[in-house]
Amino acid sequence: MSEIIPIGPYHPLQEEPEFFRLHVEGERVVKLEIEIGYNHRGIEKLAESKSWDQVVFLVERICGICSTSHPAASINAMEDLGGIEAPERAQYIRTIICELERIHSHLLWLGLAGHFIGYNTVWMWAWKYREIVCDILEKITGNRQSYAMFKVGGVRRDILDEDIPWIRKSLDKLKPALDLFKGAVMDDPVIHARTKGVGVLTKQQAIDYCVVGPTARPSGVAIDVRKDDPYFAYEWVDWDIVVLEEGDVFAKVACRILEMYESVKIIEQCLDKMKPGVIDLKVKELPAGEGIGRAEAPRGEVYHYCRSDGSNFPVRYKVRAPSYVNIFSNEAACVGESIADAALVLAAVDPCYCCTERLVVVDRDKKKEHLLSGNELLRLSHEKTEQIRKRLGV
Amino acid sequence: MKWEEIEKKIHSELDSKIIKWMKHNDNRIYIDIDPKDIVEVSEFLFRQLKARFIIASGVDTPRGGIEILYHFDFYQLPQVLSLRVFVEKPKLEIESIAGVIKGAEWIEREIAELLGVKFKNHPNLIHLILPEDWPEGKYPLRRDQ
Repeated sequence: MSEIIPIGPYHPLQEEPEFFRLHVEGERVVKLEIEIGYNHRGIEKLAESKSWDQVVFLVERICGICSTSHPAASINAMEDLGGIEAPERAQYIRTIICELERIHSHLLWLGLAGHFIGYNTVWMWAWKYREIVCDILEKITGNRQSYAMFKVGGVRRDILDEDIPWIRKSLDKLKPALDLFKGAVMDDPVIHARTKGVGVLTKQQAIDYCVVGPTARPSGVAIDVRKDDPYFAYEWVDWDIVVLEEGDVFAKVACRILEMYESVKIIEQCLDKMKPGVIDLKVKELPAGEGIGRAEAPRGEVYHYCRSDGSNFPVRYKVRAPSYVNIFSNEAACVGESIADAALVLAAVDPCYCCTERLVVVDRDKKKEHLLSGNELLRLSHEKTEQIRKRLGV
Repeated sequence: MKWEEIEKKIHSELDSKIIKWMKHNDNRIYIDIDPKDIVEVSEFLFRQLKARFIIASGVDTPRGGIEILYHFDFYQLPQVLSLRVFVEKPKLEIESIAGVIKGAEWIEREIAELLGVKFKNHPNLIHLILPEDWPEGKYPLRRDQ
């Protein structure tokens, strides 16, 4: 007998609403159906009525967490369309903003993941140290989120020389925090038991589902736009791409933690190498044609395609966010897991957090539904962690 | 595999199917093909050349049809290869590539509901982002409606 457990679509923990229908037999998930579209705002259609300048602001509104990765892909697409190359200093500034965003996004995710498995200390710490990153972003751009820094041919604000020592000092404060997380997460036997071997996405599955970013890299697929199709200043700094083999939730956590170290490395080198210069080419118009832009968001590759007829408005604007391909892969990763783990697996691709506010258990035979709250699913997950703690005696 | 090698293989295997080869710059290549060849060509790219399917973009044109661009990249290479097909109105039919590339399932559903293209032999061509009760025959991204 198999039951259907719907998860979603709304939950205060998550970034965006989605709906998962888990088909379970006893405790095991046998099939997953995914429904999206609750947050469809018609951005692509809207872009056709905005000027090129406004499109960059519009796409910044797509995501509230990785708000700068869409503008990054957007200006890459428009610069590809117009054959424009932004000045060197602007490229360094863009890189710094992108990497700061990656750190804060990964910390935010780590906090939520910690909360979900019952490690509220990790949650509090992660979000405490995320403040350092948000403060740096506020200093540079004036905003903690939605920085509005990017424009075709440059950036809107410079990084002031007098701010640089303070930025460096803040980054130094962040490094011990990263060590702390690395230790807390990577050496904890309970977290190992909870996440190792759970929700495995094999390399072949990763290739078939065409997944990207920190969903693909932990499955042994070495793919990162920053390395493969270098944009901004990524070619001019020295950093490593983090690739792991296991493909389970633990590998996904580890991949994100290690990536934050690389991000700090990139930012520091950018600050070192940045020379005084112009930051904006003041591009007036874009020609007719097509443009493709890519950027590596914290969740993976963002892909933008634009078409112009030479006017001030795009004829067509296509956006592909990384979660679009990553969420779909849950179909493979969730099968065989227990209900308590399934929500963790869904969260491990960092789409939007577990979507567990409304949870209805449908008993097929009895045609009966009962509603469980998000708290109850959290309780299920916490109980499992507790059991493991007791078993391990920690 | 290097890009030169990939380019050579595409030429030797698919030359008869290529209508137009357009190089926007070193890293952005567009190839026009006939819609009837789409499954064969994408299968060759995906299986033989180990390409990654990025996404497809549907564009309504004033030329009496819809253009679909299938974007591919080749892992660790900067090149993006876009296969361009032109699907004519009012039939608007093309074979689905979801049987070959699992990752194309969602975007075909999206193009079907937003632009009204029928993907033949798609495993599950239901609404993706529009609600189930969306009126039939209304396509938000079409310019002729």
